[in-house]
Amino acid sequence: MLLIYCPYCEEERSELEFRHGGDAHIARPANIADITDEAFQDYFFLRDNPKGLIFERWRHIHGCGRFFNAARDTVSDRFFASYKAGEPKPDLPGVAPASEKTVETYEATEGNAQ
Amino acid sequence: MSGANRIAGQGRLTPARTARFTFDGVSYEALAGDTVASALIANGVHLVGRSFKYHRPRGILSAGAEEPNALVDVARDAARRQPNVRATVQEVFDGMKVESQNRWPSLSFDIGGINDFFSPFFAAGFYYKTFMWPKAAWEKLYEPFIRRAAGLGVAPTEADPDHYASRYAYCDVLVVGAGVAGLSAALAAAEAGARVILCDEQPEAGGALHFDTSVTIDGKPGYDWAQATAARLAAMENVTVLSRTTAFGYYNHNFVGLAERVTDHLARPDRKLPRERLWQVRAKRVILATGSIERHMVFANNDRPGIMLASAARTYLNHFGVAVGRKVGVYTANDSAYEAAFDLKRAGVTVAAIVDSRDKPGEAVLAEARKLGIEVLTGHSVVNTKGHRRVSSMSVARNGGGAARWIAVDALLMSAGWTPSVHLFSQSRGKVAYDAASGRFLPGTYAQDCLSVGSCNGTDGLQATIEEALAAGELMARATGNEGGAKVELSGENAFEWSGGMAGAGEGAGVDTTVKAFVDFQHDVCAKDIRLAVREGMHSIEHIKRFTTTGMATDQGKLSNIHGLAIASEVLNREIPKIGLTTFRAPYTPVTFGTLISHSRGELFDPARKTPMHAWEEAHGAVFEDVGNWKRAWYYPRAGETMHDAVNRECRTVREAAGVFDASTLGKIEVVGPDAATFLNLMYTNAWDTLKPGRCRYGIMLREDGFVYDDGVVGRLAEDRFHVTTTTGGAPRVMHHMEDYLQTEFPHLKVWLTSTTEQWAVIAVQGPKAREIIAPLVEGIDLSNEAFPHMSVREGKICGVPTRLFRMSFTGEAGYEVNVPADYGQAVLEAIWARAEPLGACAYGTETMHVLRAEKGYIIVGQDTDGTVTPYDAGVGWAVSKKKTDFVGIRGLKRPDLVKEGRKQLVGLLTKDPTVVLEEGAQIVADPNQPKPMTMLGHVTSSYWSENCGRSIALALVAGGQARMGQTLYVPMPDRTIAVEVSDMVFIDKEGGRLNG
Amino acid sequence: MADTALRLPPLGLRHGGSAAARVTPAAPATRLSLRAGPEALDALSAAFGLTLPTRPKGSALANGRHALWLGPDEWLLIDENEADLMAVAAGASALHSATDISHRNTAILVSGPAAAGAIASACPLDLGNAIFPVGAAARTVLGKIEIVLFRSGEEDYRVECWRSFAPYAFGLLSEGAEDAGL
Repeated sequence: MLLIYCPYCEEERSELEFRHGGDAHIARPANIADITDEAFQDYFFLRDNPKGLIFERWRHIHGCGRFFNAARDTVSDRFFASYKAGEPKPDLPGVAPASEKTVETYEATEGNAQ
Repeated sequence: MSGANRIAGQGRLTPARTARFTFDGVSYEALAGDTVASALIANGVHLVGRSFKYHRPRGILSAGAEEPNALVDVARDAARRQPNVRATVQEVFDGMKVESQNRWPSLSFDIGGINDFFSPFFAAGFYYKTFMWPKAAWEKLYEPFIRRAAGLGVAPTEADPDHYASRYAYCDVLVVGAGVAGLSAALAAAEAGARVILCDEQPEAGGALHFDTSVTIDGKPGYDWAQATAARLAAMENVTVLSRTTAFGYYNHNFVGLAERVTDHLARPDRKLPRERLWQVRAKRVILATGSIERHMVFANNDRPGIMLASAARTYLNHFGVAVGRKVGVYTANDSAYEAAFDLKRAGVTVAAIVDSRDKPGEAVLAEARKLGIEVLTGHSVVNTKGHRRVSSMSVARNGGGAARWIAVDALLMSAGWTPSVHLFSQSRGKVAYDAASGRFLPGTYAQDCLSVGSCNGTDGLQATIEEALAAGELMARATGNEGGAKVELSGENAFEWSGGMAGAGEGAGVDTTVKAFVDFQHDVCAKDIRLAVREGMHSIEHIKRFTTTGMATDQGKLSNIHGLAIASEVLNREIPKIGLTTFRAPYTPVTFGTLISHSRGELFDPARKTPMHAWEEAHGAVFEDVGNWKRAWYYPRAGETMHDAVNRECRTVREAAGVFDASTLGKIEVVGPDAATFLNLMYTNAWDTLKPGRCRYGIMLREDGFVYDDGVVGRLAEDRFHVTTTTGGAPRVMHHMEDYLQTEFPHLKVWLTSTTEQWAVIAVQGPKAREIIAPLVEGIDLSNEAFPHMSVREGKICGVPTRLFRMSFTGEAGYEVNVPADYGQAVLEAIWARAEPLGACAYGTETMHVLRAEKGYIIVGQDTDGTVTPYDAGVGWAVSKKKTDFVGIRGLKRPDLVKEGRKQLVGLLTKDPTVVLEEGAQIVADPNQPKPMTMLGHVTSSYWSENCGRSIALALVAGGQARMGQTLYVPMPDRTIAVEVSDMVFIDKEGGRLNG
Repeated sequence: MADTALRLPPLGLRHGGSAAARVTPAAPATRLSLRAGPEALDALSAAFGLTLPTRPKGSALANGRHALWLGPDEWLLIDENEADLMAVAAGASALHSATDISHRNTAILVSGPAAAGAIASACPLDLGNAIFPVGAAARTVLGKIEIVLFRSGEEDYRVECWRSFAPYAFGLLSEGAEDAGL
């Protein structure tokens, strides 16, 4: 169970108090009624599912109630940062962007071989 | 004397404190503090079980949680019985009944033992190969046979009468293991002021100090120091010491699950005590001091009762005062086993010989053996054993194939060295690294804020362990912001440093042999099985594990892992680190379901939500149905009425007179602020800025993809205040959906949302006499049609308490929904009922509500829609504003698939035979005689007998439905095909005149 | 004119827990969900006669009236004297939202040396003195439901939950209190 830092409550709280909200930094087009099918598909349906760094939304639904964003490693579940909704993506020195390579073997994801 | 093998003056138990227990019906005496294993050995019982696959006689291999053989069934009474309990962990209590497992008809004569003779058929992977054909036989023949023949214990059939407790806990430093390392680390952390939790799976602290009597710490015998230190820690306010507590799982972000066994060792536990307590610990730092586990030697017939780990024999002697035999042999590749021989010899036991596979054992132990007059055969191996129900002799040969000689023994102690317990480290997603010099996997790369100390970290030597642990304890305390305390110093001494160790098969069990040299006792996996797996193409250790089952299930490779790896490495001709280690899974040892569930049982399994009027409904004979967590009045049967009778009466009464209905569970959200109307314009398809205060409107909410998400009536109380209602099931997700858009897409809007679902009790009064019923109770509201028309809301008083009175209808009748603060709900309902009943009204439940709304074609989101239905499909396209330039779903509605012809649309269905009621969910076809699979046009979403229509009615989603009015379609059922006619969705009062009643 | 309706609180009169952690229903109180931006705080504080807390987990108390910080623009006001909080809010001109939730919530009091242990049986908050001191308040979970937890004294906690969840919360806390009191 994760321990998640809420930028509004300014402390780490149990995952039990939170709800995941999908990818962050996907803005609803202001002229949404007029966008093309392709643009709507990109906005609403398509997501990257990266291995490694992801920017995602959380809501402290059973706490302060606020939505916020977090940068997390999808492999280790380590959080690099949490920040308030509306704030830009933070700089994360030393954190590599998510790899593009799809990982499909058991050993590559879970094996402990050195 | 409690058992013939108890040696006076040995061990730490008190001879006067005895307990009686039975094993397979025979009564034995034990001492308080005995485990089942120590008590059985004391009484000369070594044969305690049959192996999993071959049903070979098995004894007690270890003295701890790593025990793979001695699994027994332990019962307190008929309902309190647990299978697969480790005899080496379970403490004896007076009156306990222990049964051996996996044998029939008896332990000493087990018919399944025949499997051992057919063992060539049961080689690794036999499940996959032997039972492949014929396919049909698997389910009927092979699987039941295998399940009966090759299994562990039998699950209890009665409900568990015990209760279990649960606790969330936080600490700066969690120390797992209370041996030398754990105690030292905990002491250093605690003295520095850290909040510390120290847990250990055993009843007392000490770990290896249970058996290792040659250790002194701070001038005290090691075990005594451990007890004193544990007591000192327990007395500190910042420390929690948990004994009999296993850290079974290490999860994300230093979340560790502990299972505390509270009563399993007590003869007559206080009823208030939970059987076990689940601790969910969140630690800022974790120190793993989990020690190491001695490995067995892999040689032919190494599984006979009486053959055990050398350290286990020391534990039985030094802690329990029990000699494991009268004439013991020792087979080792490691110095530590020598100390077992020394202890036993000094206690008066004959040591037949120490057989050491090494040519050069440690000098110190060799000298001590000579001094004690123990024969040591270096460069020799035990290559076989004899003895059916207990080992009777060992065959010893010089390495490299000399002549073997048989030496009579009644116990054989073995040690191939020590495997660091990296299970929890591995569960924490840390990466282990192979240390070639010592031939061990050790903690390598850490993934979480934890440290391993002592022998689980590969640290050898007592003083080195102490110093490493003290440093870690202090470091972790400092890292969590604790600055207090004096530096703790400890000094320890022990008699011998240990060296040596080996992995893999020993002499006589090598590559070309077919002997049964067991690697994994629990799963009956021999060295040859691992070689077979490799020959059959399993080259990944994960494949070998699954093919042979070595190290699987509850064992998790505690004993078998390293041997298995070494054997695979030899056959594959690849170094051990190139093969890798299988992943250790939680739980470390089995955890009973009761502990994981803890208080979530019976009434506390799930909240049962009751409305403020629940007691009244119960008193008036309501039958309840579950709607989510809510208990809703379903119908109110009178004496002699079936459900059908009751619902028909209720339906008729509402339309003829009136009915009273509890609508409290409907979701309610108060939307307040100057931008409230603007916000609702974005959240609903309708236009809200045109709604005047005091009026209501039915609203449709979409998801961004254009599909119906929820619906409900919204009342405007003031320019800046709306009372929004949602479906009962939709309340929490609609609130979340609205908060999502408000906070992240429209944060500039000045509006706030508050859930008021439970603030209001809601009493619907519906029917021609509704106004007459409530009129005398209402103050300050003009109820006339002109002043208070359909779809209006007013604030005033009813029965002297505040009300939000809605003029609205989900029945098609004129009606009201009386909202009052929840605590007043029941009293107001009583007052309304006192007026309603004499006027011929009834109380009605959700079933009647469903029928009445269907008669009017009012949809229920989630029943008549399923997440792929647009407002146009559902026949409520009129609620979609054509003027608005934005609302959630506006773009989704224009998607090609959502605007194309032939979509499924909601329509009415009338069966040609009016007495036939369709089944909800039934499929609809155009031609019932077409070949299968038929082309299905849609399905029935709602279907009822309508007493008011005098016939059945149904709603259905039908492809191109609105263009099929009057068409005949068919509903094929298993026993017949039902002809139906497509109709519009309103079956009663099509003009809607009754609403204005 | 009908008789005035009588109030029927969800938990009625019941007692639970143990000597070390008593579990009892709280007396009725008026409650308000107050929402406002930072610019309205002074005016609202003046209207309610207390300083609305602005720090996470903060609370304020004046004359039996509590203001608990729940979020950056959200407070739970509880008046144990049952004052008309909606009327007080209506008197403040600063932009805000006030919603009466007096009947939505009900409260359970947990008191005694084992009170924190009783709550920790099902609540994942860290209740340590340094983290959750007297006066601390937070919305969190208890078993499967949402609660607001307020520490009113060294050994005194107030658990606010929605009324239909109250029997479940009461049962959980009573069972937790039994165990914590052992």
